[in-house]
Amino acid sequence: MSANQLALWYLVAAVSFILALRGLSGPQSARRGNVYGMVGMAIALLATLALVYAHSKNVLPILGAMAIGGAIGAVVARWVQMTQMPQLIAAMHSLVGLAAVFIAIAAVNNPAAMALDVPITLGHKVELFIGTFIGAVTFSGSVIAFGKLSGTIRSAPVVFVGQHYLNLAIGIAMIGFGIWFCTSPAPAEWGPFTVMTVLAFVLGFLLIIPIGGADMPVVISMLNSYSGWAAAGIGFSLDNPMLIIAGSLVGSSGAILSYIMCKAMNRSFFSVILGGFGGEVSADAGGAEKKAVKSGSAEDAAFLLSNADTVIIVPGYGLAVARAQHAVKELAAKLTAKGVTVKYAIHPVAGRMPGHMNVLLAEAEVPYDQVFEMEDINGEFAQADVALILGANDVVNPLAEQKGSAIYGMPIIEAYKARSVLVNKRSMASGYAGLDNPLFYMDKTMMVFGDAKKVVEDLVKAVD
Amino acid sequence: MTAGVDPIVFNLIVFVLAIFVGFQVVWNVTPALHTPLMSVTNAISSIIMVGAMLAAGAADLDWGGWLGVLAVALVSINTFGGFLVTRRMLEMFRKKEPKPVAKEKP
Repeated sequence: MSANQLALWYLVAAVSFILALRGLSGPQSARRGNVYGMVGMAIALLATLALVYAHSKNVLPILGAMAIGGAIGAVVARWVQMTQMPQLIAAMHSLVGLAAVFIAIAAVNNPAAMALDVPITLGHKVELFIGTFIGAVTFSGSVIAFGKLSGTIRSAPVVFVGQHYLNLAIGIAMIGFGIWFCTSPAPAEWGPFTVMTVLAFVLGFLLIIPIGGADMPVVISMLNSYSGWAAAGIGFSLDNPMLIIAGSLVGSSGAILSYIMCKAMNRSFFSVILGGFGGEVSADAGGAEKKAVKSGSAEDAAFLLSNADTVIIVPGYGLAVARAQHAVKELAAKLTAKGVTVKYAIHPVAGRMPGHMNVLLAEAEVPYDQVFEMEDINGEFAQADVALILGANDVVNPLAEQKGSAIYGMPIIEAYKARSVLVNKRSMASGYAGLDNPLFYMDKTMMVFGDAKKVVEDLVKAVD
Repeated sequence: MTAGVDPIVFNLIVFVLAIFVGFQVVWNVTPALHTPLMSVTNAISSIIMVGAMLAAGAADLDWGGWLGVLAVALVSINTFGGFLVTRRMLEMFRKKEPKPVAKEKP
Protein backbone atom coordinates (compact mmCIF):
# COMPACT_ATOMS: atom_id res chain seq x y z
CA MET A 1 0.00 0.00 0.00
CA SER A 2 1.41 3.36 -1.00
CA ALA A 3 1.47 6.34 1.32
CA ASN A 4 -1.12 8.06 -0.87
CA GLN A 5 -3.51 5.13 -0.73
CA LEU A 6 -3.12 4.96 3.04
CA ALA A 7 -3.84 8.69 3.38
CA LEU A 8 -6.99 8.35 1.28
CA TRP A 9 -8.27 5.48 3.42
CA TYR A 10 -7.59 7.68 6.43
CA LEU A 11 -9.71 10.37 4.80
CA VAL A 12 -12.61 7.93 4.48
CA ALA A 13 -12.21 6.94 8.13
CA ALA A 14 -12.08 10.59 9.25
CA VAL A 15 -15.31 11.38 7.41
CA SER A 16 -16.95 8.34 9.02
CA PHE A 17 -15.95 9.58 12.47
CA ILE A 18 -17.46 12.99 11.76
CA LEU A 19 -20.68 11.28 10.63
CA ALA A 20 -20.64 9.19 13.81
CA LEU A 21 -20.59 12.34 15.93
CA ARG A 22 -23.13 14.12 13.77
CA GLY A 23 -25.56 11.23 14.15
CA LEU A 24 -25.78 11.92 17.87
CA SER A 25 -28.14 14.83 17.27
CA GLY A 26 -31.03 12.39 17.79
CA PRO A 27 -31.55 8.84 19.06
CA GLN A 28 -32.60 7.46 15.65
CA SER A 29 -29.66 8.75 13.67
CA ALA A 30 -27.27 7.94 16.52
CA ARG A 31 -27.49 4.19 15.94
CA ARG A 32 -26.59 4.66 12.29
CA GLY A 33 -23.82 7.05 13.35
CA ASN A 34 -22.35 4.42 15.61
CA VAL A 35 -22.16 2.03 12.66
CA TYR A 36 -20.31 4.71 10.68
CA GLY A 37 -17.90 4.99 13.59
CA MET A 38 -17.22 1.24 13.63
CA VAL A 39 -16.74 1.14 9.86
CA GLY A 40 -14.38 4.12 9.98
CA MET A 41 -12.34 2.50 12.73
CA ALA A 42 -12.17 -0.81 10.83
CA ILE A 43 -10.98 0.98 7.68
CA ALA A 44 -8.28 2.94 9.50
CA LEU A 45 -6.99 -0.10 11.37
CA LEU A 46 -7.05 -2.46 8.36
CA ALA A 47 -5.25 0.09 6.17
CA THR A 48 -2.57 0.50 8.83
CA LEU A 49 -2.31 -3.24 9.26
CA ALA A 50 -1.82 -3.62 5.50
CA LEU A 51 0.97 -1.06 5.66
CA VAL A 52 2.67 -2.92 8.51
CA TYR A 53 2.30 -6.20 6.62
CA ALA A 54 3.90 -4.69 3.52
CA HIS A 55 6.83 -3.42 5.61
CA SER A 56 7.67 -6.25 7.96
CA LYS A 57 5.08 -9.06 7.72
CA ASN A 58 5.08 -8.76 11.49
CA VAL A 59 1.32 -8.67 12.09
CA LEU A 60 0.75 -11.74 14.27
CA PRO A 61 1.62 -10.09 17.61
CA ILE A 62 -0.67 -7.19 16.66
CA LEU A 63 -3.59 -9.47 15.81
CA GLY A 64 -3.07 -11.46 19.00
CA ALA A 65 -3.02 -8.29 21.10
CA MET A 66 -6.16 -7.03 19.38
CA ALA A 67 -7.96 -10.31 20.03
CA ILE A 68 -7.13 -10.20 23.74
CA GLY A 69 -7.99 -6.53 24.19
CA GLY A 70 -11.07 -6.81 22.01
CA ALA A 71 -12.40 -9.76 23.99
CA ILE A 72 -11.96 -7.90 27.27
CA GLY A 73 -13.63 -4.82 25.80
CA ALA A 74 -16.58 -6.79 24.43
CA VAL A 75 -17.18 -8.57 27.73
CA VAL A 76 -17.00 -5.33 29.71
CA ALA A 77 -19.32 -3.56 27.27
CA ARG A 78 -21.85 -6.35 27.59
CA TRP A 79 -21.93 -6.59 31.37
CA VAL A 80 -21.17 -3.14 32.74
CA GLN A 81 -24.05 -1.58 34.66
CA MET A 82 -25.29 1.77 33.50
CA THR A 83 -24.65 3.28 36.93
CA GLN A 84 -21.00 2.25 36.43
CA MET A 85 -20.63 4.08 33.10
CA PRO A 86 -18.60 6.96 34.58
CA GLN A 87 -16.01 4.56 36.01
CA LEU A 88 -15.82 2.64 32.75
CA ILE A 89 -15.28 5.82 30.75
CA ALA A 90 -12.58 6.98 33.19
CA ALA A 91 -10.83 3.61 32.93
CA MET A 92 -10.89 3.80 29.15
CA HIS A 93 -9.41 7.30 29.17
CA SER A 94 -6.54 6.00 31.24
CA LEU A 95 -5.81 3.30 28.63
CA VAL A 96 -5.57 5.86 25.82
CA GLY A 97 -3.21 7.96 27.94
CA LEU A 98 -1.00 5.00 28.77
CA ALA A 99 -0.92 3.87 25.14
CA ALA A 100 0.23 7.36 24.11
CA VAL A 101 3.13 7.12 26.56
CA PHE A 102 4.07 3.63 25.34
CA ILE A 103 4.04 4.73 21.71
CA ALA A 104 6.21 7.74 22.52
CA ILE A 105 8.72 5.51 24.35
CA ALA A 106 8.78 3.11 21.41
CA ALA A 107 9.36 6.04 19.06
CA VAL A 108 12.30 7.32 21.08
CA ASN A 109 13.71 3.79 21.25
CA ASN A 110 13.41 3.04 17.53
CA PRO A 111 12.53 6.11 15.47
CA ALA A 112 13.23 4.36 12.15
CA ALA A 113 10.43 1.84 12.75
CA MET A 114 7.93 4.68 13.06
CA ALA A 115 9.20 6.26 9.82
CA LEU A 116 10.84 9.10 11.76
CA ASP A 117 14.20 10.67 10.90
CA VAL A 118 17.19 9.27 12.78
CA PRO A 119 18.11 11.21 14.89
CA ILE A 120 14.62 12.58 15.56
CA THR A 121 14.27 16.19 14.46
CA LEU A 122 13.78 18.92 17.06
CA GLY A 123 10.21 19.60 15.90
CA HIS A 124 9.19 15.96 16.29
CA LYS A 125 10.90 15.78 19.65
CA VAL A 126 8.88 18.71 20.94
CA GLU A 127 5.71 17.00 19.67
CA LEU A 128 6.72 13.70 21.28
CA PHE A 129 7.30 15.54 24.55
CA ILE A 130 3.84 17.15 24.39
CA GLY A 131 2.12 13.87 23.44
CA THR A 132 3.90 12.00 26.23
CA PHE A 133 3.10 14.41 29.01
CA ILE A 134 -0.56 14.81 28.04
CA GLY A 135 -0.81 11.02 27.83
CA ALA A 136 0.82 10.53 31.22
CA VAL A 137 -1.36 13.18 32.89
CA THR A 138 -4.43 11.58 31.30
CA PHE A 139 -3.41 8.16 32.59
CA SER A 140 -2.75 8.95 36.23
CA GLY A 141 -5.56 11.52 36.40
CA SER A 142 -8.03 8.99 35.02
CA VAL A 143 -6.86 6.31 37.44
CA ILE A 144 -7.65 8.66 40.33
CA ALA A 145 -10.98 9.65 38.75
CA PHE A 146 -11.79 5.95 38.34
CA GLY A 147 -10.98 5.33 42.00
CA LYS A 148 -13.12 8.23 43.17
CA LEU A 149 -16.05 7.29 40.95
CA SER A 150 -16.01 3.61 41.87
CA GLY A 151 -15.56 4.38 45.56
CA THR A 152 -12.21 2.58 45.80
CA ILE A 153 -10.73 5.80 47.10
CA ARG A 154 -12.58 8.48 49.05
CA SER A 155 -14.20 11.02 46.76
CA ALA A 156 -13.61 13.86 49.21
CA PRO A 157 -11.07 16.40 47.99
CA VAL A 158 -7.52 15.93 49.26
CA VAL A 159 -6.10 19.36 49.97
CA PHE A 160 -2.91 20.40 51.71
CA VAL A 161 -0.95 23.59 52.21
CA GLY A 162 1.08 24.71 49.22
CA GLN A 163 -0.62 22.23 46.90
CA HIS A 164 -0.89 24.60 43.96
CA TYR A 165 2.71 25.75 44.36
CA LEU A 166 3.84 22.12 44.42
CA ASN A 167 1.90 21.44 41.22
CA LEU A 168 3.36 24.55 39.63
CA ALA A 169 6.89 23.52 40.63
CA ILE A 170 6.40 20.02 39.23
CA GLY A 171 4.92 21.46 36.04
CA ILE A 172 7.89 23.78 35.54
CA ALA A 173 10.37 21.01 36.32
CA MET A 174 8.59 18.75 33.83
CA ILE A 175 8.86 21.37 31.09
CA GLY A 176 12.53 21.89 32.00
CA PHE A 177 13.31 18.19 31.61
CA GLY A 178 11.22 18.20 28.42
CA ILE A 179 13.39 20.93 26.92
CA TRP A 180 16.50 19.02 28.05
CA PHE A 181 15.11 15.91 26.29
CA CYS A 182 14.43 17.87 23.10
CA THR A 183 17.94 19.29 22.94
CA SER A 184 20.02 16.23 23.87
CA PRO A 185 21.40 13.68 21.37
CA ALA A 186 20.32 10.03 21.09
CA PRO A 187 21.55 8.03 24.10
CA ALA A 188 21.67 10.97 26.55
CA GLU A 189 18.02 11.82 25.87
CA TRP A 190 16.72 8.87 27.91
CA GLY A 191 17.53 10.42 31.29
CA PRO A 192 15.52 13.63 30.91
CA PHE A 193 12.81 11.78 28.97
CA THR A 194 12.29 9.32 31.82
CA VAL A 195 12.26 12.01 34.52
CA MET A 196 9.86 14.12 32.45
CA THR A 197 7.46 11.19 32.02
CA VAL A 198 7.52 10.29 35.73
CA LEU A 199 6.88 13.93 36.67
CA ALA A 200 3.91 14.00 34.29
CA PHE A 201 2.45 10.88 35.94
CA VAL A 202 2.84 12.51 39.37
CA LEU A 203 1.28 15.73 38.10
CA GLY A 204 -1.80 13.94 36.77
CA PHE A 205 -2.25 12.30 40.15
CA LEU A 206 -1.87 15.59 42.05
CA LEU A 207 -4.18 17.47 39.71
CA ILE A 208 -7.16 15.20 40.32
CA ILE A 209 -6.89 14.36 44.05
CA PRO A 210 -8.11 17.81 45.22
CA ILE A 211 -11.25 17.61 43.09
CA GLY A 212 -14.32 16.41 44.96
CA GLY A 213 -17.14 14.11 43.99
CA ALA A 214 -19.54 16.87 42.96
CA ASP A 215 -17.18 18.07 40.26
CA MET A 216 -16.73 14.63 38.72
CA PRO A 217 -18.86 15.44 35.63
CA VAL A 218 -16.35 18.17 34.78
CA VAL A 219 -13.31 16.02 35.54
CA ILE A 220 -14.46 13.15 33.39
CA SER A 221 -15.25 15.48 30.46
CA MET A 222 -11.88 17.14 30.91
CA LEU A 223 -10.04 13.82 30.83
CA ASN A 224 -12.09 12.89 27.75
CA SER A 225 -10.70 15.99 26.13
CA TYR A 226 -7.12 15.22 27.27
CA SER A 227 -7.22 11.71 25.83
CA GLY A 228 -8.08 13.27 22.46
CA TRP A 229 -5.26 15.81 22.68
CA ALA A 230 -2.84 13.02 23.61
CA ALA A 231 -3.80 11.15 20.43
CA ALA A 232 -3.44 14.35 18.40
CA GLY A 233 -0.02 15.02 19.98
CA ILE A 234 1.20 11.56 19.00
CA GLY A 235 -0.27 12.18 15.53
CA PHE A 236 1.86 15.31 15.20
CA SER A 237 5.02 13.49 16.20
CA LEU A 238 4.38 10.65 13.75
CA ASP A 239 3.12 13.00 10.98
CA ASN A 240 -0.07 10.98 10.94
CA PRO A 241 -3.15 12.98 9.86
CA MET A 242 -5.54 10.22 10.99
CA LEU A 243 -4.44 10.59 14.61
CA ILE A 244 -4.53 14.37 14.38
CA ILE A 245 -8.07 14.49 12.99
CA ALA A 246 -9.59 11.87 15.30
CA GLY A 247 -7.70 13.26 18.31
CA SER A 248 -8.93 16.80 17.62
CA LEU A 249 -12.53 15.64 17.24
CA VAL A 250 -12.36 13.91 20.61
CA GLY A 251 -10.44 16.78 22.20
CA SER A 252 -12.94 19.42 21.14
CA SER A 253 -15.87 17.21 22.12
CA GLY A 254 -14.49 16.80 25.64
CA ALA A 255 -13.78 20.52 25.86
CA ILE A 256 -17.38 21.37 24.95
CA LEU A 257 -18.71 18.90 27.51
CA SER A 258 -16.46 20.38 30.21
CA TYR A 259 -17.77 23.83 29.33
CA ILE A 260 -21.41 22.69 29.47
CA MET A 261 -20.86 20.95 32.82
CA CYS A 262 -19.11 23.99 34.34
CA LYS A 263 -21.93 26.20 33.14
CA ALA A 264 -24.53 23.86 34.65
CA MET A 265 -22.82 24.12 38.02
CA ASN A 266 -22.05 27.81 37.64
CA ARG A 267 -18.39 27.09 38.35
CA SER A 268 -15.46 28.45 36.43
CA PHE A 269 -13.20 25.88 34.84
CA PHE A 270 -10.27 27.11 36.93
CA SER A 271 -12.07 26.83 40.24
CA VAL A 272 -12.84 23.19 39.38
CA ILE A 273 -9.21 22.49 38.47
CA LEU A 274 -7.96 24.15 41.64
CA GLY A 275 -10.29 21.86 43.55
CA GLY A 276 -11.21 21.66 47.20
CA PHE A 277 -14.95 21.75 46.45
CA GLY A 278 -17.47 19.02 47.01
CA GLY A 279 -16.48 17.40 50.27
CA GLU A 280 -19.08 15.62 52.32
CA VAL A 281 -20.44 18.31 54.60
CA SER A 282 -21.52 16.64 57.81
CA ALA A 283 -22.66 19.62 59.86
CA ASP A 284 -25.78 21.18 58.39
CA ALA A 285 -24.79 24.63 57.27
CA GLY A 286 -27.72 26.70 58.46
CA GLY A 287 -28.28 24.75 61.64
CA ALA A 288 -28.74 27.75 63.92
CA GLU A 289 -32.44 28.25 63.33
CA LYS A 290 -34.38 25.03 63.15
CA LYS A 291 -37.25 25.50 60.80
CA ALA A 292 -40.18 23.14 60.63
CA VAL A 293 -40.64 20.85 57.68
CA LYS A 294 -43.86 19.17 56.82
CA SER A 295 -43.34 15.48 56.41
CA GLY A 296 -45.84 12.95 55.20
CA SER A 297 -46.30 9.29 54.44
CA ALA A 298 -46.25 7.58 51.06
CA GLU A 299 -50.05 7.38 51.22
CA ASP A 300 -50.36 11.16 51.59
CA ALA A 301 -48.02 11.62 48.67
CA ALA A 302 -49.88 9.07 46.55
CA PHE A 303 -53.13 10.91 47.20
CA LEU A 304 -51.60 14.16 45.93
CA LEU A 305 -50.14 12.43 42.88
CA SER A 306 -53.27 10.61 41.79
CA ASN A 307 -55.39 13.73 42.03
CA ALA A 308 -53.01 15.79 39.93
CA ASP A 309 -53.36 16.62 36.24
CA THR A 310 -49.66 17.08 35.61
CA VAL A 311 -46.75 15.66 37.57
CA ILE A 312 -43.13 16.51 36.81
CA ILE A 313 -40.58 14.12 38.23
CA VAL A 314 -37.14 15.54 39.04
CA PRO A 315 -34.67 12.65 39.40
CA GLY A 316 -31.30 13.19 41.06
CA TYR A 317 -28.31 10.98 41.59
CA GLY A 318 -29.78 9.73 44.87
CA LEU A 319 -32.39 7.95 42.77
CA ALA A 320 -29.75 6.13 40.75
CA VAL A 321 -27.81 5.18 43.86
CA ALA A 322 -30.96 3.62 45.32
CA ARG A 323 -31.58 1.87 41.94
CA ALA A 324 -35.13 3.16 41.95
CA GLN A 325 -35.40 3.97 38.22
CA HIS A 326 -37.55 0.95 37.42
CA ALA A 327 -39.89 1.67 40.32
CA VAL A 328 -40.21 5.26 39.13
CA LYS A 329 -41.12 4.09 35.65
CA GLU A 330 -43.78 1.84 37.14
CA LEU A 331 -45.16 4.73 39.16
CA ALA A 332 -45.25 6.93 36.06
CA ALA A 333 -47.04 4.22 34.09
CA LYS A 334 -49.67 3.85 36.82
CA LEU A 335 -50.24 7.58 37.00
CA THR A 336 -50.48 7.80 33.21
CA ALA A 337 -53.08 5.05 33.27
CA LYS A 338 -55.08 7.22 35.67
CA GLY A 339 -54.98 10.08 33.21
CA VAL A 340 -52.15 12.04 34.84
CA THR A 341 -49.61 13.63 32.51
CA VAL A 342 -46.14 12.64 33.69
CA LYS A 343 -42.93 14.30 32.55
CA TYR A 344 -39.33 14.14 33.70
CA ALA A 345 -37.06 17.15 34.20
CA ILE A 346 -33.33 16.52 33.91
CA HIS A 347 -30.66 18.87 35.17
CA PRO A 348 -27.39 18.64 33.18
CA VAL A 349 -25.51 17.48 36.29
CA ALA A 350 -28.20 15.12 37.58
CA GLY A 351 -25.83 12.14 37.24
CA ARG A 352 -22.12 11.57 37.61
CA MET A 353 -21.29 12.36 34.00
CA PRO A 354 -22.88 14.37 31.18
CA GLY A 355 -26.17 12.79 30.10
CA HIS A 356 -25.92 10.05 32.71
CA MET A 357 -29.48 10.40 34.04
CA ASN A 358 -30.92 10.15 30.53
CA VAL A 359 -29.19 6.81 30.04
CA LEU A 360 -30.33 5.55 33.44
CA LEU A 361 -33.94 6.43 32.64
CA ALA A 362 -33.67 4.96 29.16
CA GLU A 363 -32.39 1.74 30.71
CA ALA A 364 -35.51 1.64 32.89
CA GLU A 365 -37.50 1.94 29.63
CA VAL A 366 -38.80 5.40 30.35
CA PRO A 367 -39.90 6.69 26.90
CA TYR A 368 -37.49 9.44 25.93
CA ASP A 369 -40.25 11.73 24.70
CA GLN A 370 -41.35 12.11 28.34
CA VAL A 371 -37.85 13.22 29.35
CA PHE A 372 -37.03 16.92 29.07
CA GLU A 373 -33.91 19.00 29.54
CA MET A 374 -33.96 21.74 32.15
CA GLU A 375 -34.38 24.72 29.77
CA ASP A 376 -37.20 23.02 27.90
CA ILE A 377 -39.35 22.22 30.91
CA ASN A 378 -38.70 25.04 33.41
CA GLY A 379 -41.53 27.07 31.88
CA GLU A 380 -44.02 24.29 32.66
CA PHE A 381 -43.65 24.10 36.44
CA ALA A 382 -46.02 27.03 37.02
CA GLN A 383 -48.80 24.95 35.44
CA ALA A 384 -47.77 21.67 37.08
CA ASP A 385 -49.77 20.33 40.02
CA VAL A 386 -47.00 18.32 41.63
CA ALA A 387 -43.23 18.37 41.33
CA LEU A 388 -41.89 15.05 42.61
CA ILE A 389 -38.24 15.43 43.58
CA LEU A 390 -36.38 12.16 44.01
CA GLY A 391 -32.87 12.26 45.41
CA ALA A 392 -32.04 15.73 44.10
CA ASN A 393 -31.12 18.70 46.22
CA ASP A 394 -28.80 21.46 44.97
CA VAL A 395 -30.24 21.40 41.45
CA VAL A 396 -33.67 22.47 42.80
CA ASN A 397 -32.39 24.91 45.43
CA PRO A 398 -34.09 28.31 44.96
CA LEU A 399 -31.15 29.96 46.79
CA ALA A 400 -29.46 29.89 43.38
CA GLU A 401 -31.70 32.80 42.42
CA GLN A 402 -30.79 34.82 45.52
CA LYS A 403 -27.90 37.25 45.28
CA GLY A 404 -25.12 36.51 47.73
CA SER A 405 -25.76 32.80 48.21
CA ALA A 406 -22.93 30.36 47.52
CA ILE A 407 -24.65 28.91 44.49
CA TYR A 408 -26.06 32.20 43.14
CA GLY A 409 -26.33 32.04 39.36
CA MET A 410 -26.38 28.27 39.07
CA PRO A 411 -29.19 27.28 36.69
CA ILE A 412 -31.78 25.24 38.60
CA ILE A 413 -34.88 23.24 37.88
CA GLU A 414 -37.67 25.56 39.00
CA ALA A 415 -39.60 22.91 40.92
CA TYR A 416 -40.59 25.48 43.58
CA LYS A 417 -43.02 27.01 41.07
CA ALA A 418 -45.24 23.93 41.05
CA ARG A 419 -48.53 24.03 42.96
CA SER A 420 -47.24 21.47 45.43
CA VAL A 421 -43.85 19.89 45.87
CA LEU A 422 -43.05 16.38 47.06
CA VAL A 423 -39.49 15.73 48.12
CA ASN A 424 -38.03 12.33 48.80
CA LYS A 425 -34.73 12.39 50.69
CA ARG A 426 -33.06 10.07 53.10
CA SER A 427 -32.52 12.78 55.71
CA MET A 428 -32.27 16.53 56.04
CA ALA A 429 -28.53 16.49 55.30
CA SER A 430 -27.43 19.19 52.89
CA GLY A 431 -26.24 18.47 49.35
CA TYR A 432 -22.75 18.67 47.90
CA ALA A 433 -22.76 22.46 48.05
CA GLY A 434 -23.33 22.26 51.83
CA LEU A 435 -26.28 24.61 51.66
CA ASP A 436 -29.65 24.45 53.30
CA ASN A 437 -32.51 24.27 50.81
CA PRO A 438 -35.41 26.69 51.47
CA LEU A 439 -37.57 24.62 49.13
CA PHE A 440 -37.93 22.02 51.88
CA TYR A 441 -39.50 24.56 54.25
CA MET A 442 -42.11 25.98 51.89
CA ASP A 443 -45.74 25.62 52.91
CA LYS A 444 -46.59 23.70 49.76
CA THR A 445 -43.74 21.23 50.24
CA MET A 446 -44.16 17.80 51.77
CA MET A 447 -41.14 15.70 52.63
CA VAL A 448 -41.28 11.92 52.33
CA PHE A 449 -38.24 10.59 54.13
CA GLY A 450 -36.69 7.23 53.34
CA ASP A 451 -34.71 5.28 50.77
CA ALA A 452 -35.80 6.34 47.26
CA LYS A 453 -36.53 2.80 46.09
CA LYS A 454 -38.58 1.91 49.16
CA VAL A 455 -40.54 5.16 49.03
CA VAL A 456 -41.29 4.92 45.31
CA GLU A 457 -42.38 1.28 45.66
CA ASP A 458 -44.70 2.34 48.49
CA LEU A 459 -46.04 5.09 46.22
CA VAL A 460 -46.71 2.56 43.47
CA LYS A 461 -48.71 0.43 45.91
CA ALA A 462 -50.57 3.41 47.35
CA VAL A 463 -51.55 4.95 44.01
CA ASP A 464 -54.11 2.21 43.23
CA MET B 1 3.07 26.07 -4.01
CA THR B 2 2.95 23.37 -1.38
CA ALA B 3 6.44 22.09 -2.18
CA GLY B 4 8.22 24.23 0.38
CA VAL B 5 5.74 23.77 3.21
CA ASP B 6 7.02 22.03 6.30
CA PRO B 7 4.96 18.94 7.33
CA ILE B 8 4.44 20.56 10.73
CA VAL B 9 2.55 23.39 9.03
CA PHE B 10 0.43 20.87 7.13
CA ASN B 11 -0.32 19.06 10.37
CA LEU B 12 -1.29 22.34 11.98
CA ILE B 13 -3.74 23.09 9.16
CA VAL B 14 -5.36 19.67 9.55
CA PHE B 15 -5.42 20.09 13.33
CA VAL B 16 -7.13 23.49 13.35
CA LEU B 17 -9.71 22.51 10.72
CA ALA B 18 -10.52 19.28 12.57
CA ILE B 19 -11.07 21.21 15.80
CA PHE B 20 -13.49 23.50 13.98
CA VAL B 21 -15.41 20.57 12.55
CA GLY B 22 -15.46 18.96 16.00
CA PHE B 23 -16.90 22.09 17.61
CA GLN B 24 -19.58 22.49 14.95
CA VAL B 25 -20.66 18.87 15.12
CA VAL B 26 -20.57 18.40 18.89
CA TRP B 27 -22.63 21.51 19.66
CA ASN B 28 -25.45 19.85 17.74
CA VAL B 29 -25.42 16.74 19.91
CA THR B 30 -28.58 16.54 22.01
CA PRO B 31 -27.81 16.71 25.77
CA ALA B 32 -29.75 13.48 26.29
CA LEU B 33 -27.02 11.65 24.34
CA HIS B 34 -23.99 13.15 26.07
CA THR B 35 -23.06 9.85 27.70
CA PRO B 36 -23.11 7.93 24.39
CA LEU B 37 -21.13 10.86 22.95
CA MET B 38 -18.45 10.28 25.57
CA SER B 39 -18.32 6.56 25.01
CA VAL B 40 -18.15 6.91 21.23
CA THR B 41 -15.43 9.58 21.40
CA ASN B 42 -13.66 7.21 23.72
CA ALA B 43 -13.84 4.53 21.06
CA ILE B 44 -12.66 7.02 18.43
CA SER B 45 -9.68 8.06 20.54
CA SER B 46 -8.54 4.45 20.37
CA ILE B 47 -7.42 5.43 16.85
CA ILE B 48 -4.13 5.91 18.68
CA MET B 49 -3.80 2.19 17.98
CA VAL B 50 -2.54 3.23 14.54
CA GLY B 51 0.59 4.55 16.25
CA ALA B 52 0.83 1.46 18.44
CA MET B 53 0.62 -0.76 15.34
CA LEU B 54 3.49 1.07 13.69
CA ALA B 55 5.59 0.53 16.82
CA ALA B 56 4.52 -3.11 17.10
CA GLY B 57 5.17 -3.77 13.41
CA ALA B 58 8.90 -3.06 13.55
CA ALA B 59 10.93 -5.60 11.57
CA ASP B 60 12.95 -6.66 14.60
CA LEU B 61 10.66 -6.81 17.60
CA ASP B 62 12.80 -5.38 20.41
CA TRP B 63 11.41 -4.26 23.81
CA GLY B 64 10.10 -1.04 22.30
CA GLY B 65 8.16 -3.06 19.74
CA TRP B 66 6.66 -5.20 22.48
CA LEU B 67 5.63 -2.01 24.25
CA GLY B 68 3.75 -1.22 21.04
CA VAL B 69 2.10 -4.66 21.14
CA LEU B 70 1.05 -3.98 24.74
CA ALA B 71 -0.37 -0.60 23.67
CA VAL B 72 -2.36 -2.34 20.92
CA ALA B 73 -3.86 -4.72 23.50
CA LEU B 74 -4.73 -1.84 25.87
CA VAL B 75 -6.50 0.36 23.34
CA SER B 76 -8.29 -2.59 21.69
CA ILE B 77 -10.30 -2.63 24.91
CA ASN B 78 -11.48 0.89 24.01
CA THR B 79 -12.09 0.15 20.37
CA PHE B 80 -14.35 -2.82 20.98
CA GLY B 81 -15.68 -1.82 24.40
CA GLY B 82 -16.37 1.77 23.37
CA PHE B 83 -18.39 1.07 20.24
CA LEU B 84 -20.24 -1.88 21.76
CA VAL B 85 -21.25 -0.09 24.94
CA THR B 86 -22.40 2.86 22.84
CA ARG B 87 -24.54 0.53 20.77
CA ARG B 88 -25.97 -1.01 23.91
CA MET B 89 -26.88 2.41 25.29
CA LEU B 90 -28.40 3.63 22.04
CA GLU B 91 -30.57 0.50 21.91
CA MET B 92 -32.10 1.68 25.19
CA PHE B 93 -33.17 4.92 23.52
CA ARG B 94 -35.21 3.01 20.96
CA LYS B 95 -38.87 3.99 20.91
CA LYS B 96 -40.86 1.47 22.89
CA GLU B 97 -44.12 0.00 21.60
CA PRO B 98 -46.88 1.47 23.72
CA LYS B 99 -47.90 -1.35 26.04
CA PRO B 100 -51.61 -2.12 26.38
CA VAL B 101 -52.99 -0.46 29.49
CA ALA B 102 -53.36 -3.16 32.10
CA LYS B 103 -55.96 -1.58 34.31
CA GLU B 104 -59.15 0.27 33.63
CA LYS B 105 -59.48 3.78 34.96
CA PRO B 106 -61.53 3.54 38.17
